[in-house]
Amino acid sequence: MHGLINRAVQSFVCATYGQSCWLRVTEVAELGFVEFEAMLVYDDEMTMRVLDALCADLKRPRAEILEDLGTYLVSHPNMEDLRRLLRFGGVTYVEFLHSLDDLSDRVRLAVSDLCLPALELIELSPTEYQLICHSGLAGYSSVMVGVLRAMADDYGALAMLSHDGKDGEAELISVMLVESAFAEGRHFDLGARKS
Amino acid sequence: MDTCDLAGLLETLCPMFVLVDEDGRITRVGPTLQKLHPDHPMAGKEFLEVFELVRPRAVTSLSALMSLVGTKLHLKLHDTPRTALKGLIVPLPQGKGAVINLSFGISILDAVRDYSLTSSDFSGTDLAIELLYLVEAKSAAMEASRSLNLRLQGAMLAAEEQAFTDILTGLKNRRAMDVFLGHLISGNSPFALMHLDLDFFKSVNDQYGHAAGDFVLQHAARIMVEETRNEDTVARIGGDEFVIIFKALSDEGVLTAIAERLIERLQQPMIFENNTCQISASIGTALSTQFTPPKAAEILNAADLALYEAKRKGRSRHCLYSTLAGLQQGDATSGVSSG
Repeated sequence: MHGLINRAVQSFVCATYGQSCWLRVTEVAELGFVEFEAMLVYDDEMTMRVLDALCADLKRPRAEILEDLGTYLVSHPNMEDLRRLLRFGGVTYVEFLHSLDDLSDRVRLAVSDLCLPALELIELSPTEYQLICHSGLAGYSSVMVGVLRAMADDYGALAMLSHDGKDGEAELISVMLVESAFAEGRHFDLGARKS
Repeated sequence: MDTCDLAGLLETLCPMFVLVDEDGRITRVGPTLQKLHPDHPMAGKEFLEVFELVRPRAVTSLSALMSLVGTKLHLKLHDTPRTALKGLIVPLPQGKGAVINLSFGISILDAVRDYSLTSSDFSGTDLAIELLYLVEAKSAAMEASRSLNLRLQGAMLAAEEQAFTDILTGLKNRRAMDVFLGHLISGNSPFALMHLDLDFFKSVNDQYGHAAGDFVLQHAARIMVEETRNEDTVARIGGDEFVIIFKALSDEGVLTAIAERLIERLQQPMIFENNTCQISASIGTALSTQFTPPKAAEILNAADLALYEAKRKGRSRHCLYSTLAGLQQGDATSGVSSG
């Protein structure tokens, strides 16, 4: 599993549950270290051990934790860079939803060895969408539900998200757009730069 | 299609267009381009009054500009921040002027910030947004790589330091000495090399145990560091064997004085857990300048020979390689001084 993914989990756990929780998790998962490097690649199995240890520590189901991880990736100040990259997807939430088809390609453009499963958006009506998460990364659809929910907030849209079962190997997410301009949304300045 | 229809079309297709009439006066500009000149409408001005042609040079009239169909134009805004632009000119039929389409090219990063542009300022086919995305994504990825590199470099330096350090005494080890000697020789820097052997160390070890031995080694190491300069190298190369390298020092009088002081201090009794440990030292010294060309093995061997001579003469002594019999003038005893 790519270090960026492991690092995201680490950053989420530390920011949400504290450093001590992360240290417990790395110990139970028998990592032999406490810091993932963002630009190295680790055995998939390591990530699974970390997630198992985290579920046990928090006594919460994996899907729920992964949804929170998705929300964290967009809404936490630590992750502002990632939020900005996602906002390049479009000016409105609907445009953003359509840009998800290109997400895995966009990711590969930035980090060539980071392969995320393909996403496919089906427009059922202007307010109803279905996102097909293709297989390849266990739990990806849970993370995406969290990401999509937080991005709706970011755009100021009111959307209802839910898991919608499976289609073969692929997992489905349904997106109901209640109001596309529900609230102000967060500011996105195309030319903003880090000081 | 009249120019009005054309302008409507261009506004959607290329929001940074300029329409000029046959006199080179701007009649319409695209909405994004106008944002570069927020306070003054561009329409009505001379094209070459608002934009400066950087390349091709020496074009000062519109008619000359018209002849550049298909050539890539490099322009700049006359006003600050003098944003650079790329352009392409196409004349309109019947000599009714021309369309000039502009884009930012590489200046896009600054332009987006300078003029607070948003994605709606670019046409849907423009790659500007993708370029901005890529710059940010690559910068973030590069930042992550850079921080990894820094940590790896830190770890490497620490590992190197460890590999070159004798853990017990904190002095350099044999490996570090070899590397350092290599550097001095390849850099043609003259130096002196002392080979120092502790006398009676084995009996301290046998009598009072390894802890006492370790204490004595640490104490002896401290003395050697104190009696030498920062730029000198003190290495422990074996159980009770040390090498001291004096950079740019070849005065045998000075070296003899240092050696005598070392022996004198090392002879002072050391107290470990109420036991008095008594050692001494024998030292042999050679100079790199005694060999042409200097070779590490030969210099070490010379210092070793001198050390052997010092031991043979009864220990607690310093011997210069230059005084060994058959080497240079003088006899073997003249350089041996008792400590």
